[in-house]
Amino acid sequence: MTESLFNIPFLAIAALIVISLYIIITQKNLIKLVMGIVILESAVNFFLVSLGYRSGGATPIYTNAPEKLMVLPVPQALTLTSIVIGVSVTALMLSMIILIYRHTGDIDAEKSRRLKG
Amino acid sequence: MMSKIVRTITNLFTPFIFMFGLYVIIHGHITPGGGFQGGAVFASGIALLIVAFNSKKVQKHLKEHHLSIIESSGALMFIGLAFAGLAFTFFFNILIGSPIFGQIPPEGSNPGFIWTAGVIPLMNIAVGLKVIAGLSAIVLVMALSSSNVRIEE
Amino acid sequence: MQSLIIHSPILAIAIPLLAAFLTPLIGKFSSKARDIVVIVALAVTEFLVLILARDIYASGLHVYTLGALSPTLATPENFMIPVRIVLEVDAMSVFMGIISATVALAAAIYSISFMKRETGGTKFYTLLLLLTVGMIGLEFTGDLFNMFIFLEILSISGAALAGFRIRYADAIEGGFKYLVISAIGALVVLFAVGIFYGQYNLLNIAALAKVMQYTSLDQLALVLLIMAFGMKLASVPMHMWAPDTYSVAPAGTTPMIYVASQACLYALIRICFTLYGVTMNTSTIGWIIIVLGVLSMFIGVTVAVKQTDIKRLMAYHAISQSGYMLLGIGVGIAVLADPVALAAYGKTAISGGIFHIVNNALYKGLLFLTAEALFFSLGTRDLNKMGGMARNMKYTTIFFIIGALAISGIPPFNGFTSKLMIYESVYQFSPLLAVIAMLVSILTLASFTKAFQSAFTGPALPQYNNVKEVPKPMLIGMGILAVLIVFFSLFPNLVVNTIVNPATDSLINQAGYISSVMGGL
Repeated sequence: MTESLFNIPFLAIAALIVISLYIIITQKNLIKLVMGIVILESAVNFFLVSLGYRSGGATPIYTNAPEKLMVLPVPQALTLTSIVIGVSVTALMLSMIILIYRHTGDIDAEKSRRLKG
Repeated sequence: MMSKIVRTITNLFTPFIFMFGLYVIIHGHITPGGGFQGGAVFASGIALLIVAFNSKKVQKHLKEHHLSIIESSGALMFIGLAFAGLAFTFFFNILIGSPIFGQIPPEGSNPGFIWTAGVIPLMNIAVGLKVIAGLSAIVLVMALSSSNVRIEE
Repeated sequence: MQSLIIHSPILAIAIPLLAAFLTPLIGKFSSKARDIVVIVALAVTEFLVLILARDIYASGLHVYTLGALSPTLATPENFMIPVRIVLEVDAMSVFMGIISATVALAAAIYSISFMKRETGGTKFYTLLLLLTVGMIGLEFTGDLFNMFIFLEILSISGAALAGFRIRYADAIEGGFKYLVISAIGALVVLFAVGIFYGQYNLLNIAALAKVMQYTSLDQLALVLLIMAFGMKLASVPMHMWAPDTYSVAPAGTTPMIYVASQACLYALIRICFTLYGVTMNTSTIGWIIIVLGVLSMFIGVTVAVKQTDIKRLMAYHAISQSGYMLLGIGVGIAVLADPVALAAYGKTAISGGIFHIVNNALYKGLLFLTAEALFFSLGTRDLNKMGGMARNMKYTTIFFIIGALAISGIPPFNGFTSKLMIYESVYQFSPLLAVIAMLVSILTLASFTKAFQSAFTGPALPQYNNVKEVPKPMLIGMGILAVLIVFFSLFPNLVVNTIVNPATDSLINQAGYISSVMGGL
């Protein structure tokens, strides 16, 4: 029973990834596309944090720390870095969408696309 | 501009948000948080100001080019601290053992000592400056551009 | 001098980074001083990479541990694994570093006169320097998570540069496409990094390579990494972003974004050869890469033939040329586990692929710059609207001819040398692949003949009577690359023996890479 409980986060991650890929592939609205990428990013961050979990571990803060097992701090540091990068990527994508909207008056990927693959 | 209730609450709360942001930055080496997190809290205060009043009014007191100077100086301070370690290696912690942030905390569980960790608190402050300026500029420019104001390049 | 060499791996990353944050401050006072700072910083970077390269060719690879008591102290006492950020620079990394630094320098010089016409020049140079940081960092790092960080730095600055001319709608869309692809690719890389960390609790490439088991999770991670870097590399079928992005990126940055995609190729090579090495199923993975390469080669060139936009045409050729590298390297990977075949033709194939990277960076960079020079003077990228430009722009014409002959593999140009290495070795592996590669080369020549004929020859068009040659800094930027192409064409053996073969040897020498970080552990 406890074994399967540990798999719940990974199932949630798989669900998030499937949802995000569905959004990225099917949605034509650029804002929704960005939402899909943000969900994918959350899924990956969630994955990293889940990897560092140790059953019964305390939070890895040394101030007044209890003398017992701690969860791994490295994945949390990785996640933080990834969040910082995610913020800048999202900000850049959204500002580009604002500019696209100014040029074309539309944020639909099909209508605004002048470039042909 | 939003209603009077929102503006009054904003006036009351923003000093505390700013204070909490600065606290998170300065205590980054002993408690959860650090430069980015504190900077993000601080910038969310500015976002609150932009929402409650409007972006033009905030822009009068907060110019983008000032923000870009703060941002660059934060980054330069960070890299400068990293360069300072070059006698050994890049990023070497030169302040260990010195009177500023140089104390070595005792082993085991402790309540946290602020004058520890060497260059790390200073780097947190540098990153904090950069994130405050950077995120505020992003929020401000986005708010301005969505209210159809021409932005200087 | 000795300490400069020891610190040069990190300085080559830190100095452009420092300059990137200095330029906004200096740019407030004087744009001239800002231009000088940018050029000096890139020249210093180039110098550092070169002295580092000389030392590596003389005395083997460099390890640099950030924040440690001494740079070579990768695994501290009482620790069994490297705990700090480690840079590991071998002959292959520094080979890519030289390419990146050279192209960045040429692109920055070329951009000076271009930027006089644009606003926001300070931001342009900051982004250009950050792109250099991303490329060199990606090539020098010895740590998977830092690979992700530098990949993101490279992607964000590259996308912002591609969409820099915000007054054109297609520029923003090109940048946006690049950013979306990069963001998804980087997250896939991060997911693969997470898979490694979950299994081995390690992030360092050398430490991971030592314990690599090639479990089914590792296979999943390898597929994800090939997919992500293949996407960034614009190999068919994940190439859709490349023509859009390359065709809209402003002057000088197109070659840089192109070299940035070659840095992602380096990451792919490093992962295949060093991280997995012979533990993986080499012939399957080799064939996957060969198929990606052949598809890119063939589809890239066939689509290129019918393009009328000169930069889109070159972008499709860029895709096609990446196929040659993937082909050479794929053959090398396929025979990695077989020492006889590796010695007989595998090493030549890898060397051909690697040599093609540098040749391609040079002539493709030069061709992108000439296309941008045409756009600068004429204001159009449409080949049908051009004509007779050989009369007005003599130097640009000469540079275009040099680049076009080199890319088509006409002897004695450098493109011929590297393609010959690929043909010879691939023929021994599979004759059909070599025939396809030669066919692609012929199509490339046909396509460039057409482009040359429509842009430069023919009657003088009345509307372009007073078109002049582009300004001097642009000519200098193109000149640097053209001189290098001529040098590489005249002394191919010298180049292959000095910089290409050591790179191949260091790639194959997985044990050496591991032991320099892990020591005797």
